[in-house]
Amino acid sequence: MMQFMLLFSRQGKLRLQKWYVAHPDKLKKKITRELITTVLARKPKMCSFLEWKDVKVVYKRYASLYFCCAMEQEDNELLTLELIHRYVELLDKYLGSVCELDIIFNFEKAYFILDELVLGGELQETSKKNVLKAIAAQDLLQEDETVDAALRDVGWL
Amino acid sequence: MAYPMYEVDWSVLPPEQNRRFNPAFNIATIKQVVNEAIERVRMPTPTRLRDLIRQIRAARTAAEERSVVNKECAYIRSTFREEDSVWRCRNIAKLLYIHMLGYPAHFGQLECLKLIASPRFTDKRVGYLGAMLLLDERQDVHLLITNCLKNDLNSNTQFVVGLALCTLGAIASPEMARDLASEVERLIKSPNAYIKKKAALCAFRIIRRVPDLMEMFLPATRSLLTEKNHGVLITGVTLITEMCENSPDTLNHFKKIVPNLVRILKNLILAGYSPEHDVSGVSDPFLQVKILRLLRILGKNDAEASEAMNDILAQVATNTETSKNVGNTILYETVLSIMDIKSESSLRVLAVNILGRFLLNNDKNIRYVALNTLLRTVHVDTSAVQRHRTTILECLKDPDISIRRRAMELSFALVNGQNIRGMMKELLAFLERSDAEFKAHCSSAVVLAAERYAPSDKWHLDTLFKVLLKAGNYLRDDTVSSTIQIISSAATERQAYGAMRLWTSLEQSAVSGLATEKQPLIQVAAWTIGEYGDLLVSEASSAISMVDEDGVDDFVRPTEEYVIDIYQKLLWSTQLSISTKEFLLLSLAKLSTRFTTQASQEKIRVIIDTFGSHIHIELQQRGVELSQLFRQYGHLRPALLERMPAMEPVAAPHRDEQELDLSDTSPDHTKPDQDALLDLINGSDSLTNGDVEHQPEQIATTNNNTSSNDILDLLSGLDLTPSVPAAAPAVLLANNNVEPSAAPAALLLDGLFAPPATPQPPHPADANERNAAGAEWERAVLERGGVRVCVSARRAAGAAATLTARATSQLHTLTDFLFQAAVPKKIQLDMMSPSGTTLSPQGEITQVLKVTNPTKTPLRLRIRVSYNIDGTPVLEQTEINNFPADLFN
Repeated sequence: MMQFMLLFSRQGKLRLQKWYVAHPDKLKKKITRELITTVLARKPKMCSFLEWKDVKVVYKRYASLYFCCAMEQEDNELLTLELIHRYVELLDKYLGSVCELDIIFNFEKAYFILDELVLGGELQETSKKNVLKAIAAQDLLQEDETVDAALRDVGWL
Repeated sequence: MAYPMYEVDWSVLPPEQNRRFNPAFNIATIKQVVNEAIERVRMPTPTRLRDLIRQIRAARTAAEERSVVNKECAYIRSTFREEDSVWRCRNIAKLLYIHMLGYPAHFGQLECLKLIASPRFTDKRVGYLGAMLLLDERQDVHLLITNCLKNDLNSNTQFVVGLALCTLGAIASPEMARDLASEVERLIKSPNAYIKKKAALCAFRIIRRVPDLMEMFLPATRSLLTEKNHGVLITGVTLITEMCENSPDTLNHFKKIVPNLVRILKNLILAGYSPEHDVSGVSDPFLQVKILRLLRILGKNDAEASEAMNDILAQVATNTETSKNVGNTILYETVLSIMDIKSESSLRVLAVNILGRFLLNNDKNIRYVALNTLLRTVHVDTSAVQRHRTTILECLKDPDISIRRRAMELSFALVNGQNIRGMMKELLAFLERSDAEFKAHCSSAVVLAAERYAPSDKWHLDTLFKVLLKAGNYLRDDTVSSTIQIISSAATERQAYGAMRLWTSLEQSAVSGLATEKQPLIQVAAWTIGEYGDLLVSEASSAISMVDEDGVDDFVRPTEEYVIDIYQKLLWSTQLSISTKEFLLLSLAKLSTRFTTQASQEKIRVIIDTFGSHIHIELQQRGVELSQLFRQYGHLRPALLERMPAMEPVAAPHRDEQELDLSDTSPDHTKPDQDALLDLINGSDSLTNGDVEHQPEQIATTNNNTSSNDILDLLSGLDLTPSVPAAAPAVLLANNNVEPSAAPAALLLDGLFAPPATPQPPHPADANERNAAGAEWERAVLERGGVRVCVSARRAAGAAATLTARATSQLHTLTDFLFQAAVPKKIQLDMMSPSGTTLSPQGEITQVLKVTNPTKTPLRLRIRVSYNIDGTPVLEQTEINNFPADLFN
């Protein structure tokens, strides 16, 4: 099971955080800070795994962004890399050749996509198409509401 | 009202070629126009999320960023107060961004709940996102959110149900899990795959949090595997895996699904290309890995189930494409499964070969995984792993810490009697250059391996000395005492060799100023040279070869004077720890009887005398005591400082074993007493146990035929460690006829006054204490069958008192005599070692207890006495609460 996932930049700025274990805010911040420093200190040629405290950290860098998952000892590290890659592919499809800025400005979308891919720290959907379909349908639901509300406001409905 | 730009029907052209369809004039544009119109009417307009992010990013300094954020937060707070619901969604979104930057955002928690309660999907989506980010399970708002979740789990919109399930899966607390489990169970049975998969994972989380709730999900779970949808399949497998790991009964219950799993896996492998689930040519690796893992759990220790999966595992292992990471992912999981179940031997060979290929792979990740897996399989097939030894040792030099850690653990697993010399050479080199975090673990492992497989005594000693040299202060304390024990029980020639080798290291460390980083080495060297100093300086030892592995003999025999100089340098160093200095000081005293010339003895006396005014009380005390041995009690010195008898080896994990033994063997008739003492210690807040200090084997025998678990609790609360008596005068007196202890550390210090035949000099410090003592209070507290225990109390300096327990027996010989005591929590009790464990008729056992009572609360003392009369164990207990009121004034 995934314990948490962090996205951060090469400068060490947090871009996304998703926690599947209950920690107090203070501890989350401490873990985040320490982990970012440790991962950034590793050289590019090193392996993507890091045994850190009681978790196994699997990370991968895409352009300027680090995707970093804390897994339990029993989990398959190589599969976690595939999971990260799958998430990146989904972001890429949804936001159109995604870059760090896209994620900054659309962070809520990035969360929504992750929530359609992973639930409670475990993968819930292995089809890219299904994830994107679910996101698109929910976006549509939102847009309908907005138009509806706008029309109501202007008095056309 | 019709909108022409939406009515694409009246053109035959597709929208993108339809000139009337203006892509710039789509919903988003309308939204913006309308919103702007509305915003013009409502003043003031809140900043949009995008604009806020831009503003924050434009900040050039941290202070500037803080001021932007603070301004916005103040604004957001004010809108929350005004119940302005129109912009709540936008404000929460902004708050979430601010939260990610590390600013506090807890004030948004309740607003998230309001959003969740709103009927609009947009509000719910942001509200639940906020709830997942801002709440954790410690929040009181959880009760409120449980109600919202319950409503939304019953919604007609699948996406609303989806949001609720997702949130529940992320932040479910045990209470929430209990309250909503039945809703989740209902949703697992939903016909909608989108809801089904989410509900299955929610159930997985609920069981993780509250394993008791598993039962209710069992009926709905099995049918998940009959679905076609991969989302439902993978979540179903995840749920079943969790259930199987949860209880052995459930594991047996699910044994019958092995054929289903095999079929699903077979379909995945054999089915042609399916674009929806393909990852670089492999069909749904995520699902494959999950199934392989579940098969592993189901097939473990089960020949029948293993038989059913042999074929498919072989198929996966041979048919998977390995040029990409994804193929290796599956192979990795397959190898783990093959090694864990009762698989055919040919399959195991195949698996080990796969790992061999992994180990040679260029990809660091694959190499890491290979080391990891070899470590897990090394116990199954050591010889197969041994073949890769050279490669594994090579990995010790890898720059990557993850790989080095795995390689180190694997290397230790591969050490055996045949390869110990070669392996140890590599591992010692690794120890020397390894990071601080490895040193403690690595050095302990080296010591253990050397103990198990040492080809010769000399090699064993050499290895231990190298560890002392290379691990520095990272060495664990028990290595010091175990090394000393090994030297003490070695042949005389080895002892001389040890003294000479350690002298070289000691001298080098002292001269180079590195002694502070190698205190365990200094301690062992001090002990050894103290004991065998005569052999070190004697020319008679020249026959011993000091040629090391590289064929170099760099040993220079020191003069007595030079040895003492080095001791002086170390003793006067400000950097060494007190306990290292204690070792050195005693060692130096011993050297005074090992070195023969008058000049050396005089020099030693001067150094010891300087400690008579040392700032540290413990060292000062030793200085004063030892210097007495150069004055009026000089005639006792040679006998007192005699060489110690060989120490018995200690059983390594003795502490745990003892506690276990005790739990199995406590005499039945003592049970009520134990409970009483237990109550005394655990049940009442105002009481605590004292530190009972005694030798381990005493307890083990005292409670020989016991069978209650209570004593386990009782004694785990007491300090069983045979802690080193702090050589305080009272201890030394009380100790004067103690038998050589099993604990080398204790013996080391006790040994100073240990020889039972030696008459004790009346101790000056003790004499002072007697004179200073006030009126003595004494009571007989226990009297039965000629056995009498008296406790006397004397006032001591400060808010403290010294209690002395005296036991006498008139007729019988008592063995395994043990005295234990407990006092109220506010009082501190230090128990010194008893004067003995065997009480002969007309004899006496005394034990000194120091009581510190800063709050001057009335002293109550619960005591327990146990002993054997003619092999019959007896246990007595009583409480004393009539101590004189002015004891602590």
